[in-house]
Amino acid sequence: MHEYLSNDYFLLTLTFGIYFISKLIRRYLRLAIFNPILVSIAFLIVFLKINDIDYETYQASGSKIDFWLKPAVVALGVPLYKQLNSIKQQIMPILMSQLVGCLTGISSVVVIAKILGASKPVILSLASKSVTTPIAMEVTESVGGIPSLTATIVVCVGIFGAVAGFRILMLGKVGMTDSQGISLGTASHAVGTSAAMERSHECGAYASLGLTINGIFTAILTPYVLKAMGMI
Amino acid sequence: MFRQLAIIIGCLAVGEFVIWLTHIPVPSSIIGMLLLTLLLKIGWVKMEWVETISNFLVKNMGFFFVPPGVALMLYFDLIKKEFFPILISVIVSTALVLVVTGWVHQIMRKYWKIKMPHMKIRKKKKHRQED
Repeated sequence: MHEYLSNDYFLLTLTFGIYFISKLIRRYLRLAIFNPILVSIAFLIVFLKINDIDYETYQASGSKIDFWLKPAVVALGVPLYKQLNSIKQQIMPILMSQLVGCLTGISSVVVIAKILGASKPVILSLASKSVTTPIAMEVTESVGGIPSLTATIVVCVGIFGAVAGFRILMLGKVGMTDSQGISLGTASHAVGTSAAMERSHECGAYASLGLTINGIFTAILTPYVLKAMGMI
Repeated sequence: MFRQLAIIIGCLAVGEFVIWLTHIPVPSSIIGMLLLTLLLKIGWVKMEWVETISNFLVKNMGFFFVPPGVALMLYFDLIKKEFFPILISVIVSTALVLVVTGWVHQIMRKYWKIKMPHMKIRKKKKHRQED
């Protein structure tokens, strides 16, 4: 039995199945903490630990799934194209807020983590925490951090943004719908975008704009910001 | 479906080629994404050629990051050791990004209001409602 549990197709089916079930759970218990990604990861780790299957064995089948991360980022070109007109209309507010938000995100997390004594690989893995996982993982890889550590942190950042985002925005006196949306997308990527989408479609559209543009900015700027801060 | 996949993977291949050629520290997928947007804009790729697969990939993006997330089990020790630096830096930084981005966007939007035609329309509508 144990041998079968590490079969490629069994592990693939398990991953598909648990994600499907997590999505159902999320639909009925509308709590942000029941994020399907988080629930699936937690379940799979517990499953692998209990059955004493090592990560390398799982990754042999898991890599067939995360192969699609890069094509999924390419596919973001479609919503980006659809929003080109909206971007053109307020190109300066969007670009400026994205640039400032991107630099704030990278520099603040690096500075705080450094002051609190985090090690270098961890700091490098934290730098791109605000953008969507495929981009963040590639950025981390290109600057020499630990991509899978980034993946986990990115998911947690997303959940934090979805749970506390609107409250923080109200505390910070950010009241306009489009500003709130773009902030959520910038700070907490796809998970924040889904929270914004639940509030209103306008809010969600701006969130996906923030997610896309901050993704591009972070991808391009992170290596240079880290170089300027003397991290790499 | 075949054409849809070929276009997406093709854009990625071009992205990889650009990285291989120039060694710029940018993910190949970002170059592929911008290329796809450009191809749609200049009309070389039609929306219906890529729409179905793109919607599928974007909608289910979360699923693709389950396996990389499982790798967390390899870093339990590292995270335990540096739990507080990670937790605090991530929370403070995320809150900062939220507020700073929102502020800049709000201020810039007010500043550029006159130059944006769709803002005027929205304002007129509001007035009408008030009347």
